[in-house]
Amino acid sequence: MTMAVTSSPSSPGRMEKFVAKLRKRAFGSIQDSLISAFVFGVLAYIAWLALDWAVLTAVWRAEDVANCGHDSGACWSVIAARHRLILFGLYPFDEHWRSTLACIAIIGTVIASCFPWTWTGKRLSILWILGFAAYYLLMDGSLLGLTQITTDQWGGLSLTLFLFASVVLLGMPMGLGLALMRRSEMPVVRSFASLVIDFIRSLPLLTTLFTAAVVVPILLPDWLQGDKIWRVIIAFALFFACYQAEVFRGGFQAIPKGQFEAGRALGLSYLNILSKIVLPQVFRHALPATINMVVVTFKETAIVIIIGFFDILASANAAFGTAEWAPYFIEVYVFVALIYWAFIFSLGQYGEYLKGRMSVSAR
Amino acid sequence: MSAAELRARARRRRLIIQSLIILGTVVFIWTTISSARTNLAALGITSGYGFLERSTGWAYSFSLIDRNIDDTYARTLTIGFMNSLFLGGICIVLSTILGFLIGTMRDMKNLALVSAASVFVQTFRNIPLILQLVFWYAICIHMPGPRQALSLGDSVFLSNRGMMIPTLNVDVQYGVWIALASILLLVMLFLRKVKLGKLFAIWAGGTLAMIVLAALILVPAGEAAVSTPELKGLRFVGGLTVSIEFVAMIISIVLYGSAYIAEVVRGGLKQVPTGLIEAGQAVGLSSGQIWSRIKMPMALRTVIPPLGNQWIFIMKATTIGVAIGFSDLFYIVSTSITQSGQTLELIAILMGAFLLVNFSIAQFVNWLNARMQLKAH
Repeated sequence: MTMAVTSSPSSPGRMEKFVAKLRKRAFGSIQDSLISAFVFGVLAYIAWLALDWAVLTAVWRAEDVANCGHDSGACWSVIAARHRLILFGLYPFDEHWRSTLACIAIIGTVIASCFPWTWTGKRLSILWILGFAAYYLLMDGSLLGLTQITTDQWGGLSLTLFLFASVVLLGMPMGLGLALMRRSEMPVVRSFASLVIDFIRSLPLLTTLFTAAVVVPILLPDWLQGDKIWRVIIAFALFFACYQAEVFRGGFQAIPKGQFEAGRALGLSYLNILSKIVLPQVFRHALPATINMVVVTFKETAIVIIIGFFDILASANAAFGTAEWAPYFIEVYVFVALIYWAFIFSLGQYGEYLKGRMSVSAR
Repeated sequence: MSAAELRARARRRRLIIQSLIILGTVVFIWTTISSARTNLAALGITSGYGFLERSTGWAYSFSLIDRNIDDTYARTLTIGFMNSLFLGGICIVLSTILGFLIGTMRDMKNLALVSAASVFVQTFRNIPLILQLVFWYAICIHMPGPRQALSLGDSVFLSNRGMMIPTLNVDVQYGVWIALASILLLVMLFLRKVKLGKLFAIWAGGTLAMIVLAALILVPAGEAAVSTPELKGLRFVGGLTVSIEFVAMIISIVLYGSAYIAEVVRGGLKQVPTGLIEAGQAVGLSSGQIWSRIKMPMALRTVIPPLGNQWIFIMKATTIGVAIGFSDLFYIVSTSITQSGQTLELIAILMGAFLLVNFSIAQFVNWLNARMQLKAH
């Protein structure tokens, strides 16, 4: 593998290089210099306004609400006072430590799956199942001998993470299954998968979730319905699976047909060919697109507020829902947006990095 | 076991698996139908599309044509569908224009423009659309009232009642027809591969001609051709009022959608071979000419299919209007469900409408893509 040579951050050449690059690419000609000066000026002005509002003239402590007003900037008191509600929703106050640990378990799982060491089917499945189980045991609590807290009291960031983790965990094998079915030699299996994938993909996510929440109770007998949250999760996972199946299909197409035939000539069974020869390569090819799907899914979980779940956006609305905090909705939205942004941006950058690394090593 | 026996066994297994899938589907459909029947009978709802003729009796926020609360379900649903198409169409056009602009900026040499475009993309792409929507909606409803409205040259006003803009003094539905005709003209010119400058001139001229014609024929005698909003007492009179729901929807979807389209465009521009660009430089083309004669035409060939996916995404994204009470098709359908209880029929209508629209967009994109490809390939 040939990696691009980068100088270490402390080397003196880095700053000079940056200045040289800036001089060449931003101030190369008079025309360029004028444009650059204007654009950088506007950017700096916006940054200054944001800094002034968010830091310099902001009020920070919950007790100082009285100081929040017209001449001050952001009133972070609302976050100081209401962050527990935003992060954990209606979860009982004394048990918030469980919610915190559960969130850490999910975030830890996601971070751990970013290390190439975990990239085997077995390790990834074990990791995600353990992470999810840890989350569930902590949040529900009945199996650990703690007070049981049912799903209808879960909320805030922890509910968002729960939806995200369960959709990815359920959707990934479903997506693989659908992709395999779409490649099957059996016409009925193939057209069944194609029909499901194309149908779900052409509907808005909201329609699918709404159908699961509202229509399924009419369609299924009582004993098959289950909780609303599980119905929605399964519908969401199906939606994820249909997109992920197309991602896997791209991965399958990158593998020469001769490899299947070679496996078959050696007398390997279908499952062996898949797990030993094909799937490792498919996963590798599909990795950047899969990370992209995971990121999009995290972003899309925000939509469940519409069908009545108390996710982080709903709890944010509740956080400024009282007369005292009503004027500070911008601060609350910015806080929630920053949480989403940090998560999505870092995963997205990681995906870009992987894409770059893979294109280098493929040369 | 002989090869023939093995083959026969494999065939038998395939047959069994496929029969099981068919059987499973049939059983599933039969169960849903029978339990839907018992459940609906218990609720006292008669199935069928007869309810479409009943009047609704409820109001909603936005419509392009005349409406009142006695409208039938059929008419109300049609209005919802029109609203979705209208909003989706505007968002698609605006985000495509803005997306091409930002995407081109990200591909430029000037570092300042590149960083400004990157900040834009990284900000608006990495925050959930619905969060952006409720944010802009909250900003809009916290605008000052009509008396302290923000004004732009005393003709455009922004207040918590919506955005007031000057308009032609004709009925709104004529305005919609003119807009449609103008879009049609643009698409036709584009497909005829008219050069960019000429295309813009013909399009602008044609649209202006239609507006002037409409002003001459349709404006009531003795009234001004353009009606501007004016503050009379506590509210605005004249002009066109765009509701805050609509404003918030457009802002959020266009910012989000254009950030995605910008990435698509940047990807397309990046794939143009360096040799072609250097060849352009060698024959002395300016960077603007290189962009319009070499890079853009080459990039468009790879950009069209993912661009079509973004258009479909934007169309689907209009459904989140329900979060702030914008009366798109999804909003109308979900309100109809709570009011009439005709869940299955209404969901079928909703799905049918989206399948139709997305299928049409996909067909259009395929056709566009086929036209864009080099004939020799």
